Amino acid sequence: MVISQFIFYTLAAFTLLSSLFVVFSKNPIYSVLWLIVCFFTIAGHFVMLNAQFLAVVHIIVYSGAIMVLFLFTVMLLNLNKETEPHKPTLLKFGAVIAGGALFLIVIAAMRSGMPAPYVAPQMSEVGYVKNIGMKLYKDYTLPFEVASILFLSAMIGSVVLAKKERS
Amino acid sequence: MQAVPQNWYLLLSTFMFCIGVMGVLLRRNAIIILMCIELMLNAVNLLLVSFSSYAGNAEGQVFVFFIMVVAAAEVAVGLALLVSIYRNVASTDIDILSKMKW
Repeated sequence: MVISQFIFYTLAAFTLLSSLFVVFSKNPIYSVLWLIVCFFTIAGHFVMLNAQFLAVVHIIVYSGAIMVLFLFTVMLLNLNKETEPHKPTLLKFGAVIAGGALFLIVIAAMRSGMPAPYVAPQMSEVGYVKNIGMKLYKDYTLPFEVASILFLSAMIGSVVLAKKERS
Repeated sequence: MQAVPQNWYLLLSTFMFCIGVMGVLLRRNAIIILMCIELMLNAVNLLLVSFSSYAGNAEGQVFVFFIMVVAAAEVAVGLALLVSIYRNVASTDIDILSKMKW
């Protein structure tokens, strides 16, 4: 029990630190790399929550596909130098204060409705591949197929958008 | 297995979401803004998975699966848009793209 708590706190610290680095690092390449670290720690959280299927899908989709896409775009557009102009300091302070205020408001709103700090008694098996697959192919067949149409349209749309126009 | 109270997951995902919001407000590079949107989506995913795992209900994890699908499509289209914008104005600074601002 103590070991899983220790793992949770370590993972949470890594998640928060790497997401802060994503926002605050100057070089976009470093931002992308920190985002990869952040996604791996979130996959660790999924494993700790006993959602193995989602952990694997998360690593494949996010760290595999999406981050490669980001990295390729950053390198293709030659953004790997510190060319970014900075916002005025007043706007920066405003952004940080707005983020902190949002955090406070959400925490204050959740405080009354927070679930009692209970600990689940037994290992839940809902995250196993078998259970998720049964759910996905029995109850959610139509959304699953619609998702494939969404992917098709996204694929065609991105090819059309990124294609070089002939003048 | 689940020795951590769920409140910690609530706090963690709220904090991550707020970091994402702060990044969207703070940065001017469109790629970093897209990454911060991914961060926010991940915070929501983590919250959904924790609720589903603590309540013993698989529906939340199915929703997370669909959120991942939509996020992948969104990133593909967003980066394609970004490439075509960069081809036209040779920059990804969002303050240049202010033609639709009133």
